[in-house]
Amino acid sequence: MRESDHIAALRSRAFLVLVGALFLSGCDMVVLKPAGDIALQQRNLILFATAVMLLIIVPVLVLTVVFAWRYRRGNPNKNYDPEFDHSTTLELVIWACPLLIIIALSAVTWTHTHLLDPFRPLERLGPGRPLAKGTKPLEVQVVALEWKWLFIYPEQGIATVNDLALPVDVPVRFSITSTDQFATFYAPTLAGMIYAMPGMDSKLNAVLNKPGQTWGYSGNYTGEGHSTMRFRLTGLRLADFDRWAREVKQGGGLPLEASRYLALEKPSEKVPFIRFSSVSPTLFDRIVNRCVEAGRPCMNQTMNHDMRHGGGSPDAGGLGSGTMPGHGSMPAPGDKPEAALEKDAGDKGSSPKVGMPVGPDYNARGRDAEKPGKPQTPKAQANP
Amino acid sequence: MSDNRLMQTIFGRLTWDALPLHDPIVLPVFGVVALGGLVTVFLLTRYRLWGYLWKEWFTSVDHKKVGIMYVILGIVMLLRGFSDAIMMRIQQAIAFGPNEGYLPPHHYDQIFTAHGTIMIFFVAIPLVVGIINFVMPLQIGARDVAFPFLNNLSFWLTAAGAVLVMTSLFVGEFARTGWLGYAPLSELDYSPDTGVDYYLWALQIAGVGTTLSAINMVTTIVKMRAPGMTMMKMPIFCWTALCSNVLAVAIFPALTAAFFLLMLDRYVGTNFFTNDLGGAPMMYWNMVWIWGHPEVYVLVLPAFGIFSEITSTFTGKRLFGYSSMVYATVVITILAYLVWLHHFFTMGSGPTVNSFFGIATMVIAIPTGAKIFNWLFTMYRGDIRFDLPMMWVVAFMLTFTVGGMTGVLLAIPPADFVLHNSLFLVAHFHNVIIGGVLFGLFAGIVYWFPKAFGFILDPFWGKVGFWGWVIGYWIAWTPMYVVGLMGTTRRVNHFDDVSLQPYFIVAMVGVVIIAIGIFGFIMSIVMGVKHRRRLADTTGDPWEGRTLEWSTSSPPPHYNFAFTPVIHELDAWYDMKRRGYERPADGYRPIHMPGNTASGVLISGLALVMGFGMIWYIWWLAALAFVGLLAVAIGHTFFLDRDYVIPPDEVARTEAHWHEQGALT
Amino acid sequence: MSGATSDETPIVWHVSEDEDHGAGHSGPTALGFWIYLMSDALIFASLFAMYGVVSTSYAGGPVPSEIFDLKLVAINTALLLASSITFGEAMPHMEAGRVGPMRAWLVATGLLGAAFLGVELYEFHHLINEGAGPQRSAFLSAFFALVGTHGAHVFFGLIWMVVLLVQTMQHGLIEPMKRRVMCLSMFWHFLDIIWIGVFTFVYLLGVLR
Repeated sequence: MRESDHIAALRSRAFLVLVGALFLSGCDMVVLKPAGDIALQQRNLILFATAVMLLIIVPVLVLTVVFAWRYRRGNPNKNYDPEFDHSTTLELVIWACPLLIIIALSAVTWTHTHLLDPFRPLERLGPGRPLAKGTKPLEVQVVALEWKWLFIYPEQGIATVNDLALPVDVPVRFSITSTDQFATFYAPTLAGMIYAMPGMDSKLNAVLNKPGQTWGYSGNYTGEGHSTMRFRLTGLRLADFDRWAREVKQGGGLPLEASRYLALEKPSEKVPFIRFSSVSPTLFDRIVNRCVEAGRPCMNQTMNHDMRHGGGSPDAGGLGSGTMPGHGSMPAPGDKPEAALEKDAGDKGSSPKVGMPVGPDYNARGRDAEKPGKPQTPKAQANP
Repeated sequence: MSDNRLMQTIFGRLTWDALPLHDPIVLPVFGVVALGGLVTVFLLTRYRLWGYLWKEWFTSVDHKKVGIMYVILGIVMLLRGFSDAIMMRIQQAIAFGPNEGYLPPHHYDQIFTAHGTIMIFFVAIPLVVGIINFVMPLQIGARDVAFPFLNNLSFWLTAAGAVLVMTSLFVGEFARTGWLGYAPLSELDYSPDTGVDYYLWALQIAGVGTTLSAINMVTTIVKMRAPGMTMMKMPIFCWTALCSNVLAVAIFPALTAAFFLLMLDRYVGTNFFTNDLGGAPMMYWNMVWIWGHPEVYVLVLPAFGIFSEITSTFTGKRLFGYSSMVYATVVITILAYLVWLHHFFTMGSGPTVNSFFGIATMVIAIPTGAKIFNWLFTMYRGDIRFDLPMMWVVAFMLTFTVGGMTGVLLAIPPADFVLHNSLFLVAHFHNVIIGGVLFGLFAGIVYWFPKAFGFILDPFWGKVGFWGWVIGYWIAWTPMYVVGLMGTTRRVNHFDDVSLQPYFIVAMVGVVIIAIGIFGFIMSIVMGVKHRRRLADTTGDPWEGRTLEWSTSSPPPHYNFAFTPVIHELDAWYDMKRRGYERPADGYRPIHMPGNTASGVLISGLALVMGFGMIWYIWWLAALAFVGLLAVAIGHTFFLDRDYVIPPDEVARTEAHWHEQGALT
Repeated sequence: MSGATSDETPIVWHVSEDEDHGAGHSGPTALGFWIYLMSDALIFASLFAMYGVVSTSYAGGPVPSEIFDLKLVAINTALLLASSITFGEAMPHMEAGRVGPMRAWLVATGLLGAAFLGVELYEFHHLINEGAGPQRSAFLSAFFALVGTHGAHVFFGLIWMVVLLVQTMQHGLIEPMKRRVMCLSMFWHFLDIIWIGVFTFVYLLGVLR
């Protein structure tokens, strides 16, 4: 805590130097203007580190120009000394200077990496606002789909697509997973990004301090619809948030159960906001364990089976003990595409050049054409 | 139905649809390239140059010619990679709000993948390897590399990879996965068409070439140094080349293995990086980054070496702190292995692991910082001539330092959480790759061009190239730092937020200025050739050089040195000049040289055909090409008398010719 | 300082004797081949790492104790170790320039290597027929990739051996042939070392788990 307060003190000075000297004024640098405490601390860290590094970078840049000018051949008043190629003192200095800077930064890195670990429960809502002991954070489950975001509020029993509403000054604990691709859950004003990975459940603890609306993205490229994979982040006062949750609950949206989820899961782009009035409480677990579809064994069950059957707990550590839990589900029969060498002579298909869209349905030539049922926006459930 | 079977047995999945016959962007490009190709072939035939090219270049095992061919390959591919960059910049400058731009995701995604892949594998690597190939044996006083045939083969394998990537532009598609082909996106489930297969086969074939070349260079430096040249008397460029190639030998296997396993996933149906059946996609990320981060140092260390040589030459001083420079290079080489995880701090490895890799990354800044200071103090009390190579050094120091700073910033995990995958990150690595590697390569090309061809590049156009690149770089990439801080992520082909547009327009202007830089660079070659008499270097030492390559003629004879030199000090040639060395005019002895061979071209051509067959599922062709490849390789080992001897009187003639030339000026 | 001494004794700027860069070629070849082996070892290291990560990802499929036949593996190990010994026997004959005995030992080595490959192919065939093919689980994928890559190396080693047998028949044990036999010997022993790793980490640890 002390460390970060210290940095906060440096903040205003560094901020002036940076923004004033380096950047154009007036643009909306959300990373430097966060609305949440975690993002704020990350911003302060960036400014602090930049300021510390400028201590050495600026002299180097200035000296480069000065030396280049002063020792040019055309300058008759210079001191040319071709034998000057070694000086122990000077070499000690040139190794020591970067070393000192890096030692300082390393100390800050170590403390802040632990302090701002996304898995770590919050201890404060903002500078000087410690969190009361036993405060339960709001749970939000995040699923990265191709190419949209599903947010499940298990306590409220509701879910939304591409529309994340959070109460202000309430700590939030995100559980993040993905269906098929490695996406990143990234709301720049709230906190840093974290990977959403299939079969894994990542955590992010954060808090929003200001009401208002911004946007969140997927940082990692996941295919065709990557650019459109963004969500609206709305900060609401607690009372407004409760009202919003009630509205979603009673607003006539459809329930999100397995079959509707499977329809939603199909690749689609530019999906409008969708609200679901209820959600199956086990849905997120089944998504993580890759067994929403009927007949697919869940990964955790498979893992258990493997451990009973073959010994070798993946948690035991040591050589050959295997990977992290959460890997090893069986596919439903016929799910896996045929490998290239297995294809029958007449079944190799073709790989046409697509290039420019020939018509509005150019998408259909991609992989989606292989799957039964073209990707489609579930219009029926669209936002009222 | 049976017709279909037959066709697919013969042609795999290759159909007429694979050609860009209905594509308004690619078809004209295809037309221009095809026309250009035909004209080239016609001219080569018309002036009967095929035999000359084949005998003197394609089959040559002379390290100088192989090096020059690498550099030509790199420059040609630079043009392709840069065209991709321009297309992306235009798309991002116009695709705001209702305007979708002119590139749909399907096309745009291929372009950024191709851009990254080409710029690293087929521009940066060939240029670095080419310059090392040309310069290093001359600097250590050797007559060739340790394995001359292998050198030729390495080049042609790299070229085969490049040809495959270029083929994907016209036949089928290239990958839409990003330049590292991350799993699971690159798995058959999500990328069923030929794109990823092109990517994998091109890089696998080129990767074999790069690994072989690295083995060759390390062996050459360790075993073939002239007498008296101890490790600590070796020119600093050779040190950086040694470290770079040791690094390459150590990392390319990881990439080869990762690609091999991904190929198995795609062709055999294994489950290494799949989401189901126990696959571990994260392992792919680990393996490619164990290659990927050290690869940056494979590229930048030789660039550091080039800057060191140039600074020392043009300040008229020995390099300041030579030994600390060497230690810094070695330290960077070792640390390079310990940082790969910083490419995915955000996967949540836990704070202790993240801190370790973050701090290890920052520690690299210490030796790098020491290097910057060493260049700075080489300039101090120097007598600096601002010829073009030295201008590149100063531009490098001013640009690269900033890139280094943003790099350290990204190494702090909590900062990386907000900046990862943003355009800030993209700006950072372009800052170090352009400002470090590319500036270094241009500096190296300008510096050693007279050694290779006997005349210097046209200085006026060279300066146009220089200013175009430097100014263009800053205008193109400063806005990217800013939009990165505005939370803009990478690989996006359309934005809703119109307020971002001015930055992207500025960036596009920057790219146009870089285009002027590229034009200036090409013009400096064209005008150099045109005025080659005026710009000629008959002394062999146009820059008052300090290392051995300047002690022989420009261009050097086949055998490099009539006599193998004996080295007494660092900066051997400076030492020779200072102590009144005179060239012997007689007493030449016969020189044993390796002979040319066509095996490298044949093996690489067959590898190319095999790759094409595998990509398009034409199994018979792939199998046939593979068997042919083995047969040629084995057949090659049956020719034992590949060497020839240059008789003393021919050496005498060559040397006398050069001396006369020098005396004329 | 050095300037002063140079006045007294002329400095040697060139190698005076008839130094031929081609003569010392076995030096670079041995080093270069050794570096190649290191890079190949790193490919195997990557495959071992991959295997380590997914070695318990059975995906509900067969586990090592069900599918590994240690007796078969023991035979195979013995075959490969024996082939290393026979190659070792060939080397002194090579050094001494005795073509005949060297070729005989090489043939013995090749036969043992071929037997090893035969047993391995039988094992693979058997596993695939049992439904324990490389597509069944990540564990099996990694097993087939690791053992198969080793097997492919043995196969190319055998081709190389045949080529050398032909070439030594043509030329006898001239210098380049000696160099090649030496490289093949390094290659063959290298494969032996890799196999010991495979045997220990894959088969033994797998069955013991």
